[in-house]
Amino acid sequence: MIEVKDLHKKYGDVIAIEKITLSVKKGELFGLIGPDGAGKTTLMRILMSLLLPDTGSAIMNGLNVVTDYKKVRLITGYMPGRFSLYPDLTVEENLKFFATVFGTTIEENYHLIKDIYQQIEPFKTRRAGKLSGGMKQKLALSCALIHKPEILILDEPTTGVDAVSRKEFWEMLKRLKEMGITILVSTPYMDEASLCDRIALIQQGRLMDVATPHTMINSFAEDLWAVRTPKIYDTSKFLELLPSILSVNSFGQVLHLVTKKGVHTSDSIQQFLSSQGELEIAVEPAVATIEDVFILLMNHHKPKQ
Amino acid sequence: MITTEPVITVKNMVKKFGTFVANDNLNFEVYKGEIFGFIGANGAGKTTAIRILCGLSTPTSGEMKVAGFDIYRQTEKIKQNIGYMSQKFSLYEDLTINENIRFFGGIYGMKIGERKARTIEMLERLELKEFANRKIGDLPLGWKQKLAFSIAILHNPRIVFLDEPTGGVDPITRRQFWNLIYEAVEKGITVFVTTHYMDEAEYCDRVSIMADGRIVALDTPEKLKKQYDAANMDEVFLKIAR
Repeated sequence: MIEVKDLHKKYGDVIAIEKITLSVKKGELFGLIGPDGAGKTTLMRILMSLLLPDTGSAIMNGLNVVTDYKKVRLITGYMPGRFSLYPDLTVEENLKFFATVFGTTIEENYHLIKDIYQQIEPFKTRRAGKLSGGMKQKLALSCALIHKPEILILDEPTTGVDAVSRKEFWEMLKRLKEMGITILVSTPYMDEASLCDRIALIQQGRLMDVATPHTMINSFAEDLWAVRTPKIYDTSKFLELLPSILSVNSFGQVLHLVTKKGVHTSDSIQQFLSSQGELEIAVEPAVATIEDVFILLMNHHKPKQ
Repeated sequence: MITTEPVITVKNMVKKFGTFVANDNLNFEVYKGEIFGFIGANGAGKTTAIRILCGLSTPTSGEMKVAGFDIYRQTEKIKQNIGYMSQKFSLYEDLTINENIRFFGGIYGMKIGERKARTIEMLERLELKEFANRKIGDLPLGWKQKLAFSIAILHNPRIVFLDEPTGGVDPITRRQFWNLIYEAVEKGITVFVTTHYMDEAEYCDRVSIMADGRIVALDTPEKLKKQYDAANMDEVFLKIAR
């Protein structure tokens, strides 16, 4: 449904995305995971025909984003990272505007937005600029859907949104996917990766890996340990001295320690810590999260200065 | 170094905007040297409370003291004794690292000699010495946030307020940022922090959770998890806020 090949874009001397190749299947919920400045927005803006690539190509359902840009816009729905509806129009007026621009009506595609729009319908006469963050987000999604797009592109829809509202938003995406819409969504929150069918990890304009979240977690190439300690900060300082250590990072209430494959056992790490006078510490093998995978790959791809 | 000496005291804090009650009778204390987490859904009233505690907004009623100063009559004193950084506004993009430091040092009334000494020390620790004349706008977000935090505590404030300091930052930088927080705490600075990352709530000494303008829970992460029979803070938050 989305075919990206060797896509490259520079801003002056800064490489925003570097020879990205990627394909998203029809009906897939595909996540673009990476921090600010990784190139997520640039890629999405090129796909939406809002920005021209320097080289490479992008095809959306058979349409070239450069030469067929008018048709591309008809089959895609877009929710930019920054709220970009008309603040002076009411909720209903905004929705009507987007429907009219695409030559349709609210009634015709109401079934698509019903679940989402119903939650803000009681406020339909309120100006969009006066809505709360969560309501703005729902209106923006409704406006992106009103012309029944085949592909939905969402640029960080959950950034700055609290944990509860984020979960609700992902439930909405799941329902849209079940209606057959192909969804490309970006997020800086690594814990949202597991909610996607497939994900791409992006950092400094490059794709570090593309796979299902499950595959990525299972192919974690090194040994990972969860270390429980009453003194997270102190223990992590000690662990940095452990032979064959690759990294140690805090993950909530535990430390995640990564060591070269096959070098250590829980006992050998425990012994090392006791020899440093660190007692009362539990070490056990742990299953990687996407954030562990991301950190490991980031350490492989040393950042450019 | 957590003590029981309060550096922030909030009694019956109420803030109304027209008929809307943003803060509905808040009561809590923050102790010297602790990392105090301030968690809640969007619109729960966190930012309103922080603005009041920073002396930027006047409460409708209640008694509050920050760093020993009264929130109604001594807001200028409060501003000199606190540091503040947020995700949205931290530093001036068009100024260089050095210029930002000079600017904020000036605002906080630091003596020139002291400012210069601390600038060198800070840039060496962050390994940014060779970039001192680069514009902030040209730096990666992770650097900016680490720098913004260091500048927010340059004048050695008693309390630093951090409003979603790690939003959108990569996972390695996010952890380096927390190491900076721990270092600040070692120096005796009290940290008041808001975040949407629930793993970061685990790093706080105590966490307060707001919903609809009220504080609905306040305790150590350990005790909150026990109280709500939850495996982690994410579950605690979902149980409370849903």
